Amino acid sequence: MLKSLFTRGAMLAVCAVSLLSPALADDAIKIGSFLSATGPASFLGDPELKTLQLYIDKLNAEGGLLGKKVELIHYDDAGDAEKARTFVKRLLDNDKVSLIIGGTTTGTTMAAIPLVERAKIPFISLAGGIDIIDPVKKWVFKTPQTDRMAAAKIMEDMKKRGYTKIALLSETSGFGRSGREQTLKVAPEYGIDIVLDETYGPKDTDMTAQLTKIKNTEGVQAVFVFGFGQGPAIVTKNYAQLGITLPLYQSHGVASNSYIDLAGDAAQGVLISASALLITDDLPADDVQKTVLVNYKKDYETAFKAPVSTFGAYAYDGLMLAVNAIKKAGSTDPSKVRDAIEQTEGYVGATGVVNMSPKDHMGLDLTAFRILEIKDGGWVLIQ
Amino acid sequence: MLAKLTHPRIGGLLILSLIIALLPLALPNNYYYDVAIKIGINAIVVVGLNLLIGYAGQISLGHGGFFGLGAYTSGILTAVYGWPPLLALLTGVAVVGVLSFIVARPILRLTGHYLAMATLGLGIIISIVISNEDWLTGGPDGMYVEPFTLLGWELYGEKPWYWVIGALLVISVWMAMNIVDSPAGRALRAVHGSEVAAQVVGVDTTGYKVLLFVVSAVFASVMGSLFAHYSGFITPAQAGFFHSIELVTMVVLGGMASTYGALVGAVLLTVLPQLLSGFEDFEMVIFGLILMLTLIFMPKGLVPTLTHKLKDWRGGRS
Repeated sequence: MLKSLFTRGAMLAVCAVSLLSPALADDAIKIGSFLSATGPASFLGDPELKTLQLYIDKLNAEGGLLGKKVELIHYDDAGDAEKARTFVKRLLDNDKVSLIIGGTTTGTTMAAIPLVERAKIPFISLAGGIDIIDPVKKWVFKTPQTDRMAAAKIMEDMKKRGYTKIALLSETSGFGRSGREQTLKVAPEYGIDIVLDETYGPKDTDMTAQLTKIKNTEGVQAVFVFGFGQGPAIVTKNYAQLGITLPLYQSHGVASNSYIDLAGDAAQGVLISASALLITDDLPADDVQKTVLVNYKKDYETAFKAPVSTFGAYAYDGLMLAVNAIKKAGSTDPSKVRDAIEQTEGYVGATGVVNMSPKDHMGLDLTAFRILEIKDGGWVLIQ
Repeated sequence: MLAKLTHPRIGGLLILSLIIALLPLALPNNYYYDVAIKIGINAIVVVGLNLLIGYAGQISLGHGGFFGLGAYTSGILTAVYGWPPLLALLTGVAVVGVLSFIVARPILRLTGHYLAMATLGLGIIISIVISNEDWLTGGPDGMYVEPFTLLGWELYGEKPWYWVIGALLVISVWMAMNIVDSPAGRALRAVHGSEVAAQVVGVDTTGYKVLLFVVSAVFASVMGSLFAHYSGFITPAQAGFFHSIELVTMVVLGGMASTYGALVGAVLLTVLPQLLSGFEDFEMVIFGLILMLTLIFMPKGLVPTLTHKLKDWRGGRS
């Protein structure tokens, strides 16, 4: 009796110790991460975290990196920039990680930047905002396309089709605001005139007022909506209800099947800029990204029994960039790894082909976006 | 002698100073300093807020807003207009002081929890304005704030900030206790007991409530300004509704009408999320459970309940 009590106590103590100090293996390569796995941005952060865990387990099963195990130290910032800041400090000062992959939102990433710059540790962000890499910061990289690229890709397509006068409808969230700003900047480069610049709130449930105004404005040839979540789906429905026949463009903020589910038949014919991951199965076999995307999709969907999302793909690219750089540097020395990331060339990722340089810490070009059209509840690639 | 030392005003302050002075021996790196500084910042705001909740019996759901207003006033005036940080901080104090006075003066004439409603609205308005005026505030993605400088001396890094916040904490606890023991504090306790009785003996109940509201808002504003300079990065979440709720929870958990209770509440609610981060998905469940159990079994808050128990135990022994 006494003995069993003793063993139980010892087991409990071991459990408690292992819970309190997840970092017992000292010679492992420590990769730190802070993501918004819960909270309002969890639909971004959750697939990102799952992807990181999945591929780090895989890496370890294949023998690790440089002969060492890789250990992921992750904290959930719930989308709060202040929490993110503390966790980054914890990763840097307490856990002493070699590299950080994380920052689901632009806000949490921006909070981390001064800290990683001071600590001189490479940081690969998974957030969209262009401010993260423009101006270039020595230790900061990012994997997703920027909102400026999304706007540029759409403008490119509009120009090709001969639309020169458009209406812009953007959301007053961080994503929509930044998108609006970039669209206004990019439009003149493609000779496109934004004749009407309207906004809606992220929690609005009816946008017919803005759309009626657009409908009644002379000369508008196309409409571009910049937002994410429910708003764009409501816009799409209202658009159909008002019988507007102008071409409707949406940003990569709606690049998921849930948008089609929400908008229903009204989504027919909507054009969006999105990563190729959405049309993995329909990609032509000679597409550079085909193999990467098919493998990533298969790995993720078998492991989690849930559809892949483009957000998880950002984490996949972040991890692969880091792994390749550590292999190339042959060590986890921060400045060597940083240089190796900066020298990344021709890496074919799940988001696009990455060519970094000292002037470009993202390394993607407009080919990382495809223009897709929604047809009969699915995505079709527009060549 | 012993009686004097155990008096909360002297003994408590001594113990608090001792803890702050000795704590660095147990802090292995900057991350721990960072958590300690955040505890300090929260504690000072909560000590101020406790004056209002614990002594004036009014709930404010807008202190996050005052904190954010202080932070953004400092951030904008120093970064955009190049003002010296101290002047920016004092401007924040003036803005928040006037604003809280204007809001409180008419509302506190009414009985009941109208202040909670008004501050709820005010806090939300402040955070919406900060989010929307992105040409000035950087919008929802936040803005960078420069380090605190005074007469050419720059306050930067965790260790110097630890001592500054530590010293401020001792000063604010001392101030709060003096306010509690001042005529204003005694008058307010009378108000808390029976407002009518207090009015009958000539206490200007509204005046004192307004005073405490303004004082507590100013505490929040000052800490908001300092937090902005310390952290170097602020977002509208600092002014948000959840931050306000967090502050009120600290007061209630630690124990209303107990300055040290407010301190304990700030320590627990700042440290718990860090301790529980290892539980991943269950973090929030455990966090909620701890709060719930505390309030079910210790409805008066941690410190008042425990001191009461301690007194009982002592009384039973002698």
